[in-house]
Amino acid sequence: MKFTSPEDFVKSSVLAVQEYTLLSARAVTNLFTGPTYWADVYTQADSIGIGSLPIVILTGFFTGCVLALQSATALSNFGAKNITGQLVSLSMVKELGPVLTSLMVSGRNASGMASELGSMQVTEQIDAMRALGTDPIRKLVTPRIVSTVVMLFFLTIISDAIGTLGGAMVSIFMLGLDGPQYFNIAYQTLMYPDVLQGLVKPVFFGFIIASIGCYFGMKTRGGTQGVGKATTQAVVFSSVLIIVVDFLISRTMIGIFGR
Amino acid sequence: MPETTAIAEQPSPQPQQTGPVVVFEHVSIAFEDNHVLNDISFSVEPGETRIVLGPAGCGKSVLMKLTNGLIKPDTGSIHVFGEDVTKMRERDLYPLRERVGMVFQESALFDSMTVHDNVAFRMMEEGMPEQEIDRRVLESLRFVELEDAVDKFPSELSGGMRRRVAIARAVVSQPELILYDSPTGGLDPITSTTIIELVMKQRDVSHTTSLVVTHRLQDAFTLATHEYDVQAHAMKPIPNKGIDAKTKFLVLNEGKIVFDGSTQELVHSQDPWLREFLS
Repeated sequence: MKFTSPEDFVKSSVLAVQEYTLLSARAVTNLFTGPTYWADVYTQADSIGIGSLPIVILTGFFTGCVLALQSATALSNFGAKNITGQLVSLSMVKELGPVLTSLMVSGRNASGMASELGSMQVTEQIDAMRALGTDPIRKLVTPRIVSTVVMLFFLTIISDAIGTLGGAMVSIFMLGLDGPQYFNIAYQTLMYPDVLQGLVKPVFFGFIIASIGCYFGMKTRGGTQGVGKATTQAVVFSSVLIIVVDFLISRTMIGIFGR
Repeated sequence: MPETTAIAEQPSPQPQQTGPVVVFEHVSIAFEDNHVLNDISFSVEPGETRIVLGPAGCGKSVLMKLTNGLIKPDTGSIHVFGEDVTKMRERDLYPLRERVGMVFQESALFDSMTVHDNVAFRMMEEGMPEQEIDRRVLESLRFVELEDAVDKFPSELSGGMRRRVAIARAVVSQPELILYDSPTGGLDPITSTTIIELVMKQRDVSHTTSLVVTHRLQDAFTLATHEYDVQAHAMKPIPNKGIDAKTKFLVLNEGKIVFDGSTQELVHSQDPWLREFLS
């Protein structure tokens, strides 16, 4: 096994960050110059948005369920079981909805993008596209970023709603709480900064998922083994980056709004 | 089969370029510690077919990608149609590439698109009217005798058919320069002959400047000693053991040029390595 020297490791890491930044910058600036491949944006939106709907609904629902169950157990020690709805809605809207939805979409789509673009790269289809006078970043990367950002925003809203509903079902049918009271507390507790925080996150996470997936796809080398490696790296890096960026956004928003 | 030469029967466009179409000047490129091309200089004149020969791994495919600006050399300059592709930004290269057709080693067809959409790709990107696209795609597929495969996907085609679709995609926009990267690589001898016949047809009917990479000597000498007969729709030996004057050779070995000249000069070369390579 060949060991990489610390110097080579640092150099390759800095190079990777530079390449990723350049790819992302070019993909974003493409939005402001024509042509834009709207047909590809719609196709990707269908694949990413509609295709991810079942896993997002299932994840959101059962997360809400388990959140209600665990919260109620802890709150009942303080005689505060009635505010379960508050904990469920705050947790879902601010944290779990955006993060879990993004992780699910990352597992499904960052890997899909890396393997699709990676296969195109190793079979010279990306070079063929360039040779035919088409910018592959404009044609392949920009539509994926746009559609992931837009669709993840709406998927997160759906996940938040379904999660709150899941929590309600557990609260009402298993814990015996009052339904209208649950929904009233869940609604009343949400303030403008909470909703804003929950909606800002998927915008960043969507960008991370698509840009990381496309980056690893576009830099794939070494045949089918390289495609497998790119797919794994895309999921690992995007998932870790989502968690890190989640912390940074939360800290910033709490710093600004105080909650 | 009169329809098979729809493109061939069009008036032959005369080369508009006055100077050399491709000029390499002291080009070198290395991948990590592997020096693939070392101080390469040569030029290709308008209407010329330049056959690039050499053993596997000597940098032939890299040379083709350099010509189309798909990769940049470490040193030296490459002029295509008078423009230095080594100094051009990627976005400035796209208009230049509209004048260049390229056939990749493994065809590089878009596997999620039908044969029609593969051939029509460039025209669809240009926003050409649909009727015009359909007409030109069919014309191009007739040229490679594959009009029945128009609705098929690349995975449904044989290796030889895929290579023919790649040629149709390269010639559909009637480029002024065509780059063939090992068009017969991995194909059986009969299919290889069909592909070489198509390359010859494009050379003799449209007089398009081309660079043909191959490691098969048989293909190279077939191109040099045969011509395309438009009436018979087949290639035939040039009478009196003639040699096509516009077909020239460039032989590479270990990243360096070991021969640059005509067919006659190649077969009469006294270079020991070259004689062994040709034998």
